[in-house]
Amino acid sequence: MKIGDIDLKRSWPALAGIGAIIAVLAAAFAWTSGLLGQRVTNMTFLEDTQHDFPAGYRRAHGKGMCFEGVFRSSGEAAKYSHASVFAQPETRAIGRFSIGSMSPYAADNSTSTVSMAMMLTADNGQQWRMKMNNEPYFPTRDAPGFLEMMKATAPDPSTGNPNPQQLAAFLAEYPEARKYMEADAVKPWASSFAGATYYAIHAYYLLAEDGRRQAMRWWLRPHAAFTAWSDEERAGASHDALFKEVGQRLTKAPLQWDIVMQLAAPGDPVDDPSQPWPETRQQVVAGTLEVQRVFDQTDGVCRDVNFDPTLIPAGMALSNDPVLATRAGIYAHSYNSRLHEIGYGKATDAVGKKTAQ
Amino acid sequence: MTTETRTVTKTSQANEAGQPERFNLLARLLHWTMAAAIIAMLFIGVAMMTSLTWRPELLDLHQPLGIAILLLAIVRLVNRLRHGAPALPADIPRWQVISAKASHWVLYALMFSLPLLGWGVRSAGGWPVTMLPGVTLPPIAPTHPVWYAVLRDAHGLLAWLLFAVVLMHLCAALMHAWVRRDGVFSTMTPGGLYHRYRRNRK
Repeated sequence: MKIGDIDLKRSWPALAGIGAIIAVLAAAFAWTSGLLGQRVTNMTFLEDTQHDFPAGYRRAHGKGMCFEGVFRSSGEAAKYSHASVFAQPETRAIGRFSIGSMSPYAADNSTSTVSMAMMLTADNGQQWRMKMNNEPYFPTRDAPGFLEMMKATAPDPSTGNPNPQQLAAFLAEYPEARKYMEADAVKPWASSFAGATYYAIHAYYLLAEDGRRQAMRWWLRPHAAFTAWSDEERAGASHDALFKEVGQRLTKAPLQWDIVMQLAAPGDPVDDPSQPWPETRQQVVAGTLEVQRVFDQTDGVCRDVNFDPTLIPAGMALSNDPVLATRAGIYAHSYNSRLHEIGYGKATDAVGKKTAQ
Repeated sequence: MTTETRTVTKTSQANEAGQPERFNLLARLLHWTMAAAIIAMLFIGVAMMTSLTWRPELLDLHQPLGIAILLLAIVRLVNRLRHGAPALPADIPRWQVISAKASHWVLYALMFSLPLLGWGVRSAGGWPVTMLPGVTLPPIAPTHPVWYAVLRDAHGLLAWLLFAVVLMHLCAALMHAWVRRDGVFSTMTPGGLYHRYRRNRK
């Protein structure tokens, strides 16, 4: 049999081979891109929010307020890293306070998680982007564990409480999550962004000019005292209580945080975000952040920034913490979704336009 | 089956119309180097949008590799314009000749546009285009959501188009090599394979 000038009787093995090569390549590409198969990818974490979310808003921690300030280095970290930001006296900072709820319309008393994101741009143009929470460590050793925890702690529709068997199965798989869940249950509710400590959680390396690598984790230690809500105060707190409070404080004086770096000792778990290092480890104060002014998150200067914590300046390196890497992918998809909505004119209040009602 | 009408001499590698008998060494080197780089690049590109653990490393690779492909594409285009391409066998149907030529120029267009679009995406998103730690390229597009949305869409869609055209190209090349056996494939292979093919045809 012939098709055109191709003799099928003679050429069928060659044709089958070509078909197989093309099919394998196409299938491998489809699998790699997540179109084929059911595995957990960066998109899994965003659920339906890529398509179904208030247009233009960040897909997690959607409610926030941006700030402007300055980072003043102490020079101490320059011994461990040749990044300019640790050597130059002052670096401009753009950042954002946010709350842990997903929805941009959430009430400020809906979550005990408060966060700070920040971008420092050194004089040589090198950027350092950060994302920090008021929690010193991550619940699980990897990102799929976080999905498992969400599932295991979700209320069972029939009882209104988490299913105890599911919870037990999760804790057997991720025993490290127990200490997080116990701490979370008694965690005080910060009544101000100003007094909260913000932890970067993931470890990074400081790279010195002479090639030395020092693993470290940092957090932002507030100069203001920590204040917490009682249960009654929290129940009675207004919808935007935290954001109003930080704005009021800044009309009186700027707010400060020290960037404290905790240096790992040999053998400390660098790549596991669920394992904090002993408190006795050496600490270095890299400098002080001064937050001077807050402004609305509809302003593009901050709205259009992806605070991706894997974007670090020369003089620093990422650890192999898997959650840090997953974060980068999730943030990229969130950024793509919302920048498309903003860019194609679909966003309204996220860009400061009044919603047509 | 095709009969070989072209002659091979040691001194001349061109036929009467001035077309080369086969692609020159530079073209062949660039073709196979870039084939590997482009296929790797396509897989890196989609993997860095899904991988739970490798995104930072893949992104570190994606940027310099993209710029390397752009630079190699310039050398390749100059070489192609100066030295041309071998003629296809006379018995190949017209539609195949047209689609072969069109797909080659589509491949050239994508080899240039995808790296430039990627550079533009990074620029429009306000990110540095990092070649090595501390070595960055200047932005080539304004940092703006409209630019970001359009460039990012174009980069993604054209990457899928490139993958489709690469598969078609590969399919056609293997049809020439294994089914038609008309010498087209060996115009791009290393010299040894080419001469062995010629001997076998005699």
